Amino acid sequence: MSAILIPKKKLVVIGAGMASGRLLEQLFEAAPDAWDVTLFNTEPRGNYNRLMLSPVLSGEKTYQQIVTHDEAWYGAHGVDCRFGEPVVRIDRERRIVHSNSGGVPYDALVIATGSAPFIIPVPGKTLPGVVTYRDLEDTQAMMDTGGKDAVVIGGGLLGLEAAAGMAARGARVTVIHLMGHLMERQLDPAAGYLLQKDLEKRGITVHCKGATKAILGTDRAEAVLLEDGTVYPADLVCMAVGIRPETRLATDAHLEVERGIVVDDALRTSDPHIFALGECVEHRGQVFGLVAPLYDQAKVLAKTLLDQQAVFAPVQTATKLKVTGCDLYSAGDFADAPGREDIVFRDPGRGIYKRLVLEDNRIIGVVMYGDTADGAWFYGLMKDGTDIGPMRDTLIFGPAFQGGAAPDPMAAVAALPPEAEICGCNGVCKGTIVNAVQGGAATLDAVRACTKASASCGTCTGLVQQVMALTLGITVAEAPAGLCKCTDHTHEDVRRLIRSMGLKSIPAVMQDLGWKTVGGCHSCRPALNYYLLAEWPLEYQDDRQSRFVNERNHANIQKDGTYSVVPRMWGGVTTPAELRAIADAAEKYNVPMVKVTGGQRIDLLGVKKEDLPHMWADLNDAGLVSGHAYSKGLRTVKTCVGSQFCRFGTQDSTGLGIRLEKLLWGSWTPHKVKLGVSGCPRNCAEATCKDVGVVCVDSGYQISVAGAAGMELKETEALATAATEDETVAIITAFVQLYREGARYLHRPYKWVARVGLDWVKDQIADPATRAALIERFEISQSVYRRDPWADLSTPSETPKWAPLADLTLEAAE
Amino acid sequence: MTIFVDIGSLDDIPRQGARVVRTAQGCVAVFRTADDQVFALEDRCPHKGGPLSEGIVHGTSVTCPLHNWVFDMNSGAAQGADEGQVRTYATKVQQGRILIDATLIRASRAA
Repeated sequence: MSAILIPKKKLVVIGAGMASGRLLEQLFEAAPDAWDVTLFNTEPRGNYNRLMLSPVLSGEKTYQQIVTHDEAWYGAHGVDCRFGEPVVRIDRERRIVHSNSGGVPYDALVIATGSAPFIIPVPGKTLPGVVTYRDLEDTQAMMDTGGKDAVVIGGGLLGLEAAAGMAARGARVTVIHLMGHLMERQLDPAAGYLLQKDLEKRGITVHCKGATKAILGTDRAEAVLLEDGTVYPADLVCMAVGIRPETRLATDAHLEVERGIVVDDALRTSDPHIFALGECVEHRGQVFGLVAPLYDQAKVLAKTLLDQQAVFAPVQTATKLKVTGCDLYSAGDFADAPGREDIVFRDPGRGIYKRLVLEDNRIIGVVMYGDTADGAWFYGLMKDGTDIGPMRDTLIFGPAFQGGAAPDPMAAVAALPPEAEICGCNGVCKGTIVNAVQGGAATLDAVRACTKASASCGTCTGLVQQVMALTLGITVAEAPAGLCKCTDHTHEDVRRLIRSMGLKSIPAVMQDLGWKTVGGCHSCRPALNYYLLAEWPLEYQDDRQSRFVNERNHANIQKDGTYSVVPRMWGGVTTPAELRAIADAAEKYNVPMVKVTGGQRIDLLGVKKEDLPHMWADLNDAGLVSGHAYSKGLRTVKTCVGSQFCRFGTQDSTGLGIRLEKLLWGSWTPHKVKLGVSGCPRNCAEATCKDVGVVCVDSGYQISVAGAAGMELKETEALATAATEDETVAIITAFVQLYREGARYLHRPYKWVARVGLDWVKDQIADPATRAALIERFEISQSVYRRDPWADLSTPSETPKWAPLADLTLEAAE
Repeated sequence: MTIFVDIGSLDDIPRQGARVVRTAQGCVAVFRTADDQVFALEDRCPHKGGPLSEGIVHGTSVTCPLHNWVFDMNSGAAQGADEGQVRTYATKVQQGRILIDATLIRASRAA
């Protein structure tokens, strides 16, 4: 075997920052073998996420957590790492880069030296204890200021991050700012004032209009002296007054340099073999500080280096700013000028300030403080140059007040910073998801598997998909998601095929629909069990082992592994005898807590599993049955006392509630179902946030559906009005059956109605033949399921199964 | 060589189900898969202490009922992005009886 080795071209990169790091990623991904790379870095380490230094400073993260490329990564890509080895000279004629330990030849050279902090020329600026805020060494110096005095010179974004971080570490911090208010380039005076107040609340002293005269100290910094004579003690002084492009190497090599190293659209400098990117460049008169355009540059330069056509065209970026714990947003231009107008909103009590700067009825500037939720929307209007004339009256209140003008959801997600939390359950931020996608996770399941985002409650799934779409750079048409990772069939498809193919068991479904796993998973098995029992009530044998623990054990599992027991109280009505039986059971089984629930019944919490069947038998003896407080099924029918006792009651709401509960109980549904019946529009049973609600009026019954009062809050929508109790019961029965037959597993009625449309539901229920058929099918199903599971499971043959299989502690004692 | 002790009949555990064995070291969940394999795992999820014996059994995995961590019953290792491990105990089935590692008794004697 022989191979001809073509010597690879040599690429030398100066600077291992975020821009060049991204460049290398792009390059290695597109053409892993195109270049031999040597990477110089003045810092004695590789690429880390500099944006995350603030969380490191405040202690929320460790350095290890913000490393972007570790040794293994560089090793895997064969990068010759020269970390801690500054480049001293570029020999353009011979194409050699020189460090103190010798020269490295190049075919192409990339300068990515980033920026250097600006040091104000005052006496004492070189004393030990004077740092900037640029790299890990600076951060570490600031982390050690707990209990000490620290002065930050510069009240811009960077300075305030430094101040907030040191304050979090327990330092006494003073911020000295030359201008009249903080962050004057991004904020107007009003927002700057609110920011100052917030910082002062956290114990940070803010001194505006303060010019630093000298840093005092003999062996190291001890204090800062201002022009006005004020002296602030300082064990550490952090200079954060600004940055400038680091261009010294380029200047020495006689490349064209203005404010930054001048590059063309392909990121080429005035020397065709030398390229530059990042904060050190100047492109068409513009220099760059935010990370997004730098990443764009990396993409373009990677293509340039692979001889592909690419053009860098910077887009305007908004600054969604984050000073730890403060919420601020700014974009565009907001200086006062002739012809400009302002729309201002202030809520002093809540510390909220919003200002839009208009010119010719177009937004040209946005400043927000305290509530920045609408920032992306305003920014979109500004970028698009939208004529806001028609909505000017309500513009400041945001998109929620503009009929129909829905915000581009992608814009909102795009504007989120990397540290924005997307998944609240698992604490996963946007950056983590982006990294996972860039690391190859191309499907929602893959992202879930490697980040846990959207893997718990799932309410963030839409957001996660948007982040994925943005990262992949494509509009992900929301591909119909498979029921779970075991199948590509959607819920709807599975239901349809169960019916059309006559599938009547879980193994049959898995076999004939080509399940990809053996035995499914905890997502699909309960769904299939429900679909099968709803489709074939008389033939399908319920599979207990495919049920979630609560439904399998007919009690709610608690965090400590005990259970809660809730007997049914029809319509919330009970008797002294029932209460006595509940009290007896509570004492007999040492129930640690007896609690009244929101559904008008009593919860016995902390029951041991082996006691459950015994307790159920006792409760059964008193006529009490399962309340199904654990099921995806009918839970409660909440009622008020209605016309029987209440002086306002118009109908017998209690009686109707009991009748509905006795009709519907025991039925399994896609998710839990809760009802409410109120005897008058005062609505004491809170019927209008239930899955089904009835409000009685003099003329009859107003039936509304699809409310929610859980993770989401939603008022019910009117379904029908009925003149009689019988008709009311018929309509509700038909609605519940329609929901049972059509909804996805784990969708409450409000989600299902949103999918199919309330008008369609109304049409079905209103049609007499359809309604009658629905009611008939419900009754067939109830002929099986309208029975008490507690009675079935507390028989002498079942009871032993609730106890441990064996007790080896006893054997040991013998 | 592992010494085993009889804890019950295979039929005492439903397929794709589990029963608990009490030991001095805490509860042990004994699982039976759809194809009658038997596994014994510490009945305590390393995440928040959930009883794995109450989880849904699928293939040779079980999902914790509290927060859906999934464990491979062969190794006791958490699957996917979760990191955690539960102890496993040797079991075997002979003539329809389930036998489990007898050190579970011995450990209790020592205790």
